[in-house]
Order: sequence, then structure tokens, then C-alpha cells
Amino acid sequence: MGEFRMPALGADMVEGTLTEWLVKPGDVVAKGAVIAVIETSKSDIEVEVFEAGTVTRLLAEPGDVLPVGAPLAVIGEAVESAPVESAPAESAAVQSAEVAAAPAAETVSAATEPPASTVPAAVEAPPPGAGVAPLPVRTEVDASAQATRPAGPPHLEAGPLVRHLAHERGIDLATVHGTGRGGRVTRADVEQLPPPGNGIRIRATPYARRLAAELRVELATVHGTGRDGAIRAADVRGASARRHEEEAVRYPAAHKKAPERRGTDRTPQAAPAPTVTAGRPAQGGASGRRTAAMRRAIAELMSRSKREVPHYYLSTTIDLTAATQWLHRANRDRAPGERLVPAALLLAATARAAREVPELNGFWQEDAFVPADAVHLAVAVSLRGGGLLTPVIHDADRLSPQDLMARLKDLVQRARRGRLRASELSGGTLTVSNLGDQGVESVLGVIHPPQVALAGFGAVVERPWAYDGMLGVRPVVTATLSGDHRATDGAVGARFLTAVDRLLQNPEGLAS
Amino acid sequence: MTGTRKRTPKAEPGTVKAVPDTAKATPDTAKAAERAARADDAVAKHHSDLLATMLLIRRFEERCVELYSAAKIRGFVHLYIGEEAVATGIEAALAPEDAVVSTYREHGHALARGVPAASVMAEMYGKSTGCSGGRGGSMHLFDVRRRFYGGNAIVAGGLPLAAGIALAEKLRGSDAVVCCYFGDGAFAEGEFHETANLAALWDLPLLLACENNLYAMGTPLAVEHAQTDLAMRAASYGMPAWAVDGMDVLAVESAARRAVDGIRAGHGPHFLELRTFRYRAHSMYDPDRYRTKTEIEQWRAHDPITALTERMRNAGELDEATYEDLDARAQQEVARAEAAAESAPVEPVGDLLRHIHTEPAEAQP
Amino acid sequence: MNNVSNASGVSKQTKLTYREALRAALRDALAADERVFLMGEDVGKYGGAFGVSLGLVEEFGTERVRDTPLSESAFTGMGIGAAIAGLRPIVEIMTVNFSMLALDQILNNAATLRHMSNGQLSVPLVIRMTTGAGRQLAAQHSHSLEGWYAHIPGIRVLAPATLRDARAMLAPALADPDPVIIFEHGSLYNLAGELDGGEGPVDLTSAAVRRSGTDVTLITYGGSLPKTLAAADLLAADGIEAEVIDLRSLRPLDDATIMASVARTHRAVVVDEAWRTGSLAAEITARITEQAFYELDAPVGRVCSAEVPIPYAGHLEEAALPQAAGIAAAAREAVGGHG
Repeated sequence: MGEFRMPALGADMVEGTLTEWLVKPGDVVAKGAVIAVIETSKSDIEVEVFEAGTVTRLLAEPGDVLPVGAPLAVIGEAVESAPVESAPAESAAVQSAEVAAAPAAETVSAATEPPASTVPAAVEAPPPGAGVAPLPVRTEVDASAQATRPAGPPHLEAGPLVRHLAHERGIDLATVHGTGRGGRVTRADVEQLPPPGNGIRIRATPYARRLAAELRVELATVHGTGRDGAIRAADVRGASARRHEEEAVRYPAAHKKAPERRGTDRTPQAAPAPTVTAGRPAQGGASGRRTAAMRRAIAELMSRSKREVPHYYLSTTIDLTAATQWLHRANRDRAPGERLVPAALLLAATARAAREVPELNGFWQEDAFVPADAVHLAVAVSLRGGGLLTPVIHDADRLSPQDLMARLKDLVQRARRGRLRASELSGGTLTVSNLGDQGVESVLGVIHPPQVALAGFGAVVERPWAYDGMLGVRPVVTATLSGDHRATDGAVGARFLTAVDRLLQNPEGLAS
Repeated sequence: MTGTRKRTPKAEPGTVKAVPDTAKATPDTAKAAERAARADDAVAKHHSDLLATMLLIRRFEERCVELYSAAKIRGFVHLYIGEEAVATGIEAALAPEDAVVSTYREHGHALARGVPAASVMAEMYGKSTGCSGGRGGSMHLFDVRRRFYGGNAIVAGGLPLAAGIALAEKLRGSDAVVCCYFGDGAFAEGEFHETANLAALWDLPLLLACENNLYAMGTPLAVEHAQTDLAMRAASYGMPAWAVDGMDVLAVESAARRAVDGIRAGHGPHFLELRTFRYRAHSMYDPDRYRTKTEIEQWRAHDPITALTERMRNAGELDEATYEDLDARAQQEVARAEAAAESAPVEPVGDLLRHIHTEPAEAQP
Repeated sequence: MNNVSNASGVSKQTKLTYREALRAALRDALAADERVFLMGEDVGKYGGAFGVSLGLVEEFGTERVRDTPLSESAFTGMGIGAAIAGLRPIVEIMTVNFSMLALDQILNNAATLRHMSNGQLSVPLVIRMTTGAGRQLAAQHSHSLEGWYAHIPGIRVLAPATLRDARAMLAPALADPDPVIIFEHGSLYNLAGELDGGEGPVDLTSAAVRRSGTDVTLITYGGSLPKTLAAADLLAADGIEAEVIDLRSLRPLDDATIMASVARTHRAVVVDEAWRTGSLAAEITARITEQAFYELDAPVGRVCSAEVPIPYAGHLEEAALPQAAGIAAAAREAVGGHG
């Protein structure tokens, strides 16, 4: 006995349609006899059998589309049994058709009764017996698809357009919650996310970017002189040389030995964020023109902010007695290098307040506020050579003061060595500016668009303070908020400052 | 194929006998009778060899149909069934030092040349033991050791190549002949006419073996040629040219000997129009809408294997048992080739980029 | 012809033309190896359409210097056949435009036989052809299709742009066991000068820095080299130091030399007489962005021919082709506000 199978009839043939049987069960066929007509993409082709014998069963019917190699008929040696076998043969063909249809049927039953494990789909599934509407049907198919998906990363499925969009916006698809079929990330999922950076795309040549990283030059502070304002290598070199020149003039000592004491003092001036020292000696050639170039970049951003963003300002003075006492206790057993400074508590309180008042934590984009899904604090750092750096502490609201302190020190130290990564300079959702080390008491800052707020802190100072009918001397700090009036009104800003105050009165809560 | 060159001049088509005219039998001497018997034995042996070659090609090609249908062989496969007498007869007239350039319908040419069936089959399986290491497939069989310079799958593309080899032979002063197979379709290509002109102009030792199977893929001869007498047109280039019954292996051999002798004698290229027919489609399968079943059956009635078998039977050179034995041996060789191809290794993918340029070890001085 | 009859002499300072340098190389090759022969249209008595083989048939005879009929496909294919049968043919195709008639043989046989035969066959063939515009020969004799050939694995493509390369590339090309195509730019035949450095061997794989510079890399080959060097002179007058790379080999491309230069200058302009779309210039630009992206301080510039069949009228032809002024302008654009 042998099988007559769907033959390969061309270089590209993977399946064929049985058009016609030229034999019936019981027919005796010679080797080479044409017994069937197969339709390929080219044409109908008469195909021959390579075995002499008797056709005992036909396994396929005209119209069947079958892959190359699929059995079409059974060729037996015996002649006599053929008529008897022909009847079962047909029912066998029917049976095999049913078997072939079975997986489809299972899909259907899975649809009406989704597995319990697929919770999200099950929630959307209609109750048994509910009318079958188009939408639920789709959901049900998803359910079966999810049920068969192996465990692992929940989804990275997205079409090319969505991938492109995500890539263009610098969004990691693995972090995106997909709302499409089977958890697929849709275009809308990506589009509604805020961009991870500050939204301002800097035009710079690849070499200029590389050079900026090597020379630790913040591209945002560099004025581009290339076509359409593109920053080129010469611009970066100019900015770097200018910075070193100025540092050499203003802080000659820093060029001999980078001081390590910063961040360890308990004085307000010791807050680690504000300054970043230079790590490389000046190479000469700095000029006023280059300083002006750096300033122009800042001028552009700040002008845009002041031109486009209607600011409102609030301020409050906060009693830091509890915070200071907590710091004393916390630092009692710490080595000098590990001691916490008030700035750590101020950042902790700010981050948690931002979580409480999400209206201030996000972006103004295309005439609408888009809340951020996490609190990433951008900490304004003034550079000695002029200009601003805003390294970002990601997920600051989840960090303890100790962790914030460590993070801040790490960022500052690596900034000194020029080791900040681009990702650490982008993604901020709210900026904090602490100018306490510069001796001022309150900061009325300019918002960095597309953020919608900036929190400011002045120096921690001892002031006469009336409390419970008594006058005493207490450490206080003035906290301010600059708010974008398009996104929020003053009441929201007030809630924020009130929250900061309340959180600072309970430093243990911040530490937990 | 035997491959021994027999310089028997001017044998009449269909009556090839390697017997000198002076050896006409004188029936009254036993010695002469013995000599004649020996000569008859040699003739019978030669016919048997021709039959064996044609059977090998036929069985090989028939198995290719089955293996292709079973998707063991893929790509384009062009079968030679029906045309066996051409390659077999021409090879009988060629010597091992002669060169052959072929087409994409070249399994028969390769087997007749002596390329082992196992090597051809393995090539179609895409295995590293194939004659082209699996890089060529059915259309690009190469065996340079046997001076088989390949299946060329550009219609007429092998003609300039063959003329170039012939030029090299001529410049080197060898007396080798280069045989180039091509079809009636190639006759319409400019490359044929450029090459015919140049080969005749430079008196190159080139045998132009035109397999006229009446169809350029699906286009009949009369639809592609204003003048369908191809031999006559080839003669216009100033070279000897004549038409031969390509279904009669002895006629082919006889004509090929005449041409090869003329070429070796320095008379430049010769052209043979070998009128033949492929029983099967152009490529493995095609709808075959361009021919009628009647036409195919008419040609089958002139099957070259049947014709030779009957001639040998009538001459008492072949009995049923001997035929069965020859056929069985052909089938066994095909079966061995298939089994070897099945179990042969494939080229490692890491060698994908090999043989694009000369590799250091191959560099010749 | 003068001064080159003794061309096999070593390291003489010889005044000659590009044409004479090519001829001297052919003569050396024919004299050195009996397997070598030259074949093409009017390479014999006529002396070659551009006079390169003048006098060789008298010296070596019609067997070695063979006039062919106008059958590009046949005689190119015959060159391939003769090569696989052990000879060392040099096939001359009159112009690259005519080589389209032989493209089947070059692509389907010369470039593939080794691979298809699993290494059984070698095709030690050299094909020479004239390329390029600049002589008002209009749209069927003026194109630069070298890039098409450089697309094909299995062949080596050379573009001698200097007297030295014209003199010295043929011998190693003949020694190569695989097919080599040599493109001679029509505008270079009358280039005259001293042959520095003798006739010693040259390699066929590396690009050459023809002028050193620090500000921008100009990458070119063949007939565009003199124009590019002229552009570098113009730039020098502006205080811009251009480095000029002569590719010499169009396949394979010498990536290392290109990238090393771009790493020094951070700017690159590719000068290619072919059309811009799908060109060698496009390939080189892509490789620079693949391999030297972070070195780039400006987009890679390209100066190519206008996308038009090359016209006859002198002023139109000039406008269609890369010229020194345009090359310099592209370099200035890349350098931008230099300083």
C-alpha cells in the first residue's frame, strides 16, 4: 500500500488545490497514470501516480487546499476489496475534515468561556448567554490568545508604526501599558505618554554629541552655529574651553585639587546640588563670544518660558525644628562623609508633595496638561563657568532621605568627573532650585517648559519664630512655588506648599 | 559512457560498424569469419553501452520526477526524457580531453559525459557531495575534471564561453574539441549569432550542438523563427551544418563523428541540428497547454530507447534477459545515488561566502 | 609612444601620458606571459578606439592582439571561456555604455562561475573599458556605470586615476585568479606627467590619500580626481585644508582609509561622476554613517552628475558634471563657519 501525496509542482509551490479526481476508488492505475488535476498558482496541472495499484481510498475532495506532501489517496495492491472500501473511504474523508475543523471549534468554545486565569479579558467578557456583540467577540478571541501565550514579559507586541513612534519619542515600549488586543501597545498608548526628556530636541551633529559627553559639556547650554542652529564640534569645544578659562580665573584652587568636603558640612551651603566643579584644566582660547553663546542657549529657553508660560508665585516659610532635630539624631552615628543635610529632607518632602498634588507633576503639551506617571525631580545646579545643569533623580518620591542624599552625591560626583549619562539629564517632571548656598532666602524661579512648576528653597536660617504664644529662635526655610497658570491655579500651588510644610514637620514619615 | 575515441570516418547514419571496408567478409575462410564475429561483438558491445547510457538517463530523470514531487529536489528542474539519444550519441564521438559546455537541461549531458549519477543527484539535493557542492543545483552541474563546464541557465549564455575555451585550445595547439549544447530557443539570441560568426571567423574547434526540440519553453519553432531550417541558417556563417534525427542514437553518433573529425582536421566549427523532443514539460511541471497529447504520443512512438532496443533485438545483439539486466543496473545506480544523496551532509552555512573569490589555498601560479 | 619603449626599466622618471602608461603596461604583460592576449574591437591595426594599443599588433602579431567583430557579448564571453581554459585574456570594451551588451557574460558567467562550480573554476580575466564624460560625446558614450559593476560580488573593480596606477595596475590584475574590470576615464588619456616611483608593483585593495588635510575629507576616484584636487587648491586659498582620497579600488572598497580620514576631519564629501541615486557615492555615504557616525560633524555631502543623460552641448555637459567649484562649495558647506 502506498499513498498518493500532494506533489510539488513548482519551485515556489507550498500548497495546491485538488481540482478533480480522474480516478475513483477501485480503479486500477498504472505507474505514471494521470489520476488527478491539481490547481497551482500557475495553472491546472494533470498529475501522475508513481506506483501501480488500485485506488483504495480518496482522502481529499475536489476543492480541498492541501500542503505539499499531504496524502491525497491510498493506492493499494489488492483489487478485490476496493468496492467494499470505497464507502468507508468517504466517511474517513469526512472524519478527517471534522478533525481538521476541531481546533477552530475549540477556539469558539474558548471564546464563550474564557479561562479564569485571564483576568483582564474575563472582566470584559460578557456573562454566559449574553447576546454576542461584535466587541465582546473580539475580546474573547483575545482571551484565548492570551491564554496560549507563554509566560514571560507581558507584552512587547506593537506594530512597526507604533515602534517607530516610540523610538522617535525615546519611549521604551517595555514600560508602556498596552490597551490593544492581547495587551498590544497601540499608537494611542504611545502618543498619550509624555516624552521622557524635557521635550526640547537639541540639534547637534553626532560628533558634537560625542564630544560634549567627553568634555562634559551640557548641550543645552551650547549655542549652535551650524545650519539651522545645529551644534557642531567647534561649538562644543568653544563652550568647554570657555568654561575652563572662567573656572581657572574664578576658582584657581579648583584646578589644583577638587575639594571633596562639599556635601558633608551641616551648613546650608553644604547642599551638594548647587555646584559642579570642573575636572579638566582650561585649554586656553576662551573668549567672551563663547560665554555669550552659552548664555544665548539659556536665554532662549528662559525667554520661551517667560514668553509662553504665565507664571504665578507662592511662598511660605517653614519651621525646620523637627527636621533639624531628626537630622541630628540621624547623623549622630554616621561618619562625616555619610551625614545627611537638610537638602535631602527638602527633596524628599518636595517629591512626596508632588505625588500628592499630581497637577503640578507633568507637562504642558499641545494646550493640555499631561500628568507624569512618576516623580522625577530635576535638580538645578549652577555651573561655576556659568550655565545650568539639571540632573534628574528618578522616582524621587520613592526614595528615603538617605537614598536621595546618596543619589544626589553620586550625581554631583559623577558630574564632576563628566560621567553623567544623557538619561540622567533628561526626564525631569518637576524642577527644584535650591539657592540656599548662595545666601538668598527665597527663590522665584522660571519654569523649565514643558514642566509646569518649579519649587524653590532658600537658605536654612535661624529666625525669631512665634510658636504657641511664645517667641523663640528656630531654623526656617522659605519654600516657593512657581506655577504655570495654564495648567494650575494658585489653590493647587498652595496645596503643594502646604503639603511640603506638613511633610517636613514629620521627618520620620519621610524616612519610612 | 565509454569515452574512448574511435576515429571511424564517415560511418553511414544508422549503420555504424567499426569495420574497415577492406574487411568485407569472405565467407569461405574461417579466419575471416572469426574476425567478422569479433567485429560484430564489438559493435554489439558498443550498442549495449549506448543503450545503458540512455537507460541510465531515462531512469535517473524518471526518479527526478518522483523526488521533485516529494519535494526532495527543489528549484527549477528541466528533464531530458525523450532527448537521451542526443547526448548519448554525441558523447560517443567525443574524447575525454574534449570539453563540454551545457545548458540548464543538462542532467543527460552530464551523465553521458561520465559525471557520476551520485554526484549529480547529490547536487540536486543541495548536498556538499554534489558536483557543485550544492551551490549550483539542477541547472548548474560542473565537473571540471571531466571537462564538463557547466549547465548554463542563461539561454545562449554558454555559447561565447564555449568559443572562448575553443580559442584557448586552438592557441595552445591542442586538438581538443569543445562541444556546446544549446536549443532552438538560443538560436534566436544574439549571442548565438555573434558566437557562430566569431567561431567561424577564427576557425575555432567548436561543435555547435543545437538540440531542436521544437519549443522554446512554450513557443513553437514556427512562432519564434522566420526560417525554421536552423541548419541552413547556421551554414550561412560559413560552417558545415546539417540536420540529424535526434531520436536515433546511431544517426546522432555518426553525424557527430563526422563533425568532430572535421573539426579536428582544422575545418573550424561545425553545426548539428539535432531534431528531438522532450516528452515532459519545459520545467518540472507546466500546464503544457502549448502541445497536444497527440503530438507527444507521436514522438513517443519514436522513442530512442525503444528504437535502439528493437534494432539490437533484430540484429540478435540483445535478448530480454540482457535488457532486463541493463535496466536493473540503471535503476540500481539511480537508487544508490539517491540513497547517498539522502545521507550526505550539507555545506555548513558558515561557508556561505566561500568561492566568491579565490581562496588562498586555491591560488594558482 | 616616445620614452616608453623602455618602460620595463625601473624607477626612471619618465615623462608620459596616461594612455602611454596603459600601453606600456599592456606591452609588459604581453611580453611577460605567453598566455596573455588582448582582444577587442579595433585593438589591432586601428590601435584601439582611444589609441591605447597603438603599435602592439605590429609587435605581437594578430594572434596576441585580436581584432573582434562588434560582438561584445561573444568576445567578452570568449574571454571568460579562454580564462577558465587557462589563458590570461585582456578584453577591451570600447566604452562602458557598450559593455551593457556584454553585461550578461560579466554578471552571469564571469562573476558566478567560481561560486556555481563550488570553486572548480577560476576566471583570471581582465576587462578594460573607457568610462566617463567630458568630451562632448553625448548620452551613449559618456556615462559612469562603474557603480553597477561594483555592485557585483565575484569581480574586482579598479579605477586608475594616476599615471602610476595606469602603468602599474594591470600586472597584479592579470595575476589575480578572478575577474578584474579596469575603468579608464576618457578624460585622463591625455593626462601627462612624470611617472614617479617607477613601475614597481601596486596593491589593488587600498585607497590612496592624494593630499593630506585636516578640515574635510574629499573622497573620489577616476576622472574626478584631478577636479577634486583642483577643488582642494581652491579651498586652501580659503584656509580650508581638504584631504583627498583616491579610492583606486571600487570593489572592494577600502573602508579603513576612508574612516581613518573621516575620524581626523569629521566631515566628508563624496565626489562621483555617476548619477547620485543608487550610486557608489550613496554606498560610501552609507558606510560612513555606519562606521563613523559619531565622528561626523556635518552631514556627508555628495557631488554627483545631474540626473540627466549626459548632453552634447559643451556648456550643458559641464553643468551636468561635478566641477571643482561645486566640489569646493560642497566642502565649504560641510565645514560651515570654519574656525
